[in-house]
Amino acid sequence: MSAISVNQLCKSYDGRQAVNELSFEVQKGETFALLGPNGAGKTTTIEILEGYRKADSGRVCVLGLNPETQGAELKRRTGLVLQTTALEPELTIRETITAFARLYREPRDVGAVLVDVNLAHLQDNRVGILSGGQKRRLEIALGIVGDPELVFLDEPTTGLDPEARRKIWALIQRLNSNGCTIVLSSHYMDEVQALASHMAIMVDGQIAAEGRPLDLQRQHCTHATIRFDADGKLPAGFPAKLAPVTEVHDGHAELVVEDPIPALSTLMSWAQTSGYDLSSVSVTRQSLEDIYLQLVSQRQAKPQSDTP
Amino acid sequence: MMLVQEAIHQLRLFTRRPAAVFFVVAMPLVLLIVLTQLFGNEKIQGLGLNTAQFYTPALAVFGVVMACFTYLAVSTATARDLGILKRVRGTPMPPWVYICARIMAVSVIAFISLLLVIATGALAFGVEIIWERVPAAIVVAVTGALCFASLGMMVTALFRSSETVQAASSAAIMPLAFVSDIFVRPSTETSEWVPLIGNLFPLRHFSVAFQRAFDYAYEGNGFALPDADGVVYSILPHMGVMALWGIGAAIIAARFFRWEARAI
Repeated sequence: MSAISVNQLCKSYDGRQAVNELSFEVQKGETFALLGPNGAGKTTTIEILEGYRKADSGRVCVLGLNPETQGAELKRRTGLVLQTTALEPELTIRETITAFARLYREPRDVGAVLVDVNLAHLQDNRVGILSGGQKRRLEIALGIVGDPELVFLDEPTTGLDPEARRKIWALIQRLNSNGCTIVLSSHYMDEVQALASHMAIMVDGQIAAEGRPLDLQRQHCTHATIRFDADGKLPAGFPAKLAPVTEVHDGHAELVVEDPIPALSTLMSWAQTSGYDLSSVSVTRQSLEDIYLQLVSQRQAKPQSDTP
Repeated sequence: MMLVQEAIHQLRLFTRRPAAVFFVVAMPLVLLIVLTQLFGNEKIQGLGLNTAQFYTPALAVFGVVMACFTYLAVSTATARDLGILKRVRGTPMPPWVYICARIMAVSVIAFISLLLVIATGALAFGVEIIWERVPAAIVVAVTGALCFASLGMMVTALFRSSETVQAASSAAIMPLAFVSDIFVRPSTETSEWVPLIGNLFPLRHFSVAFQRAFDYAYEGNGFALPDADGVVYSILPHMGVMALWGIGAAIIAARFFRWEARAI
């Protein structure tokens, strides 16, 4: 069953098309990630789903509700972490969570939430003195204290140090394993790979690629690199078929091919007959990060007919 | 229930802001003490009142305005700058509950400030409280508090950042307080245009109507006050001006209020 369905969504600001005929579905229980560079339209999309902004056209359905007309019901059932931190510096951590808990009909226990976000030991500290990572964890606490079915996290770890990011990832994973649907935006591929079961790469208000991270890699991976140690130049008797696509530099040879299997088998049978030491051989496929950067640069290079 | 809890929450935030507590609660008291010492607590010529009998209600009104107008406007604009108003909109709390809770909280602060000024006047400077006019004083104070809360929300709605809201609210209140019988005692020597300008704005109507409850040169219950010559002085026109300003400001605030800080 789908938690979110977006159909032909459009939104523009001052003539700039922020979101352009966007369509996607998010199933219940999954962690869906919108990945894209700054200005791709991720926040606009999320804020339309949250009910902050009105769509220009298109259909949006969140938990079976229309965010524009059924916002009150939607807000009872969803939790948010906005892109920018918004906390009262004068309150303590516990006071902040308690203040949010009383806004929901059946809130979670404040003590349990404090433990969940790993802030129980700091609960009487003022918010103003917390680190960036602690503030972000507190905001996640505010997002989950209402016991939501769906949580939106808009760039939850941007600007944080690696350790703080890992803590937040662990928290999001726990949350998802408890059955909560998660919609996440990010411009970090490692974050999406660590968390998402379903992702969409967004560029210029449109989806450039969508699917499970592994499937995306499979679909968009266009070549593989075979590498082995070689001294200075190609060894004598190297298969003529592979020689034109092989480069030697810095003490190793590199072959870039679409399909690594035939190339590997040629290479292996040559090594076996010639006795060449191929023990250093490695094969790398394009990483998801490479694919992402490639998709973004392809899309951004294309002239956009709909933008002035 | 949510309204009361949110108002208590806003009151707690106020108590954690020492600068705000000083300006709203301590400043009117300090001014009362300083001005009474400066002029001496003697009968003011032409007014028939002691210095403290004039300044106590005047500065009580000033405290109400600091809470309901200045503090409400600045704290709401600051919350908007911090993204707190936007975040609140993402919770199930209805927007009107949040705004009403803020207004309720500043009204409570205003009431405490007002009581402190009057108690200090009565205990330290022998200010006479005319008990039969207490109901009139309460009606005037509530009307004034709502009128200025409405004006405070209007200022927040019309200006972008907390800095401009701070500047605009001070720029509005400080000069007005001088022409509205708050900082300066009315005297026969001031030019005629001073009360005329003051009468255009709600502050003078608030202060004069509230001062009548403490003015023993008049008789009566505080709503209608016949003087020695039997001419009846009514506070109704003052209430009407406050109501007009308050309703006008509320309409403008509702039209232009934004929950999100605008990108600059």
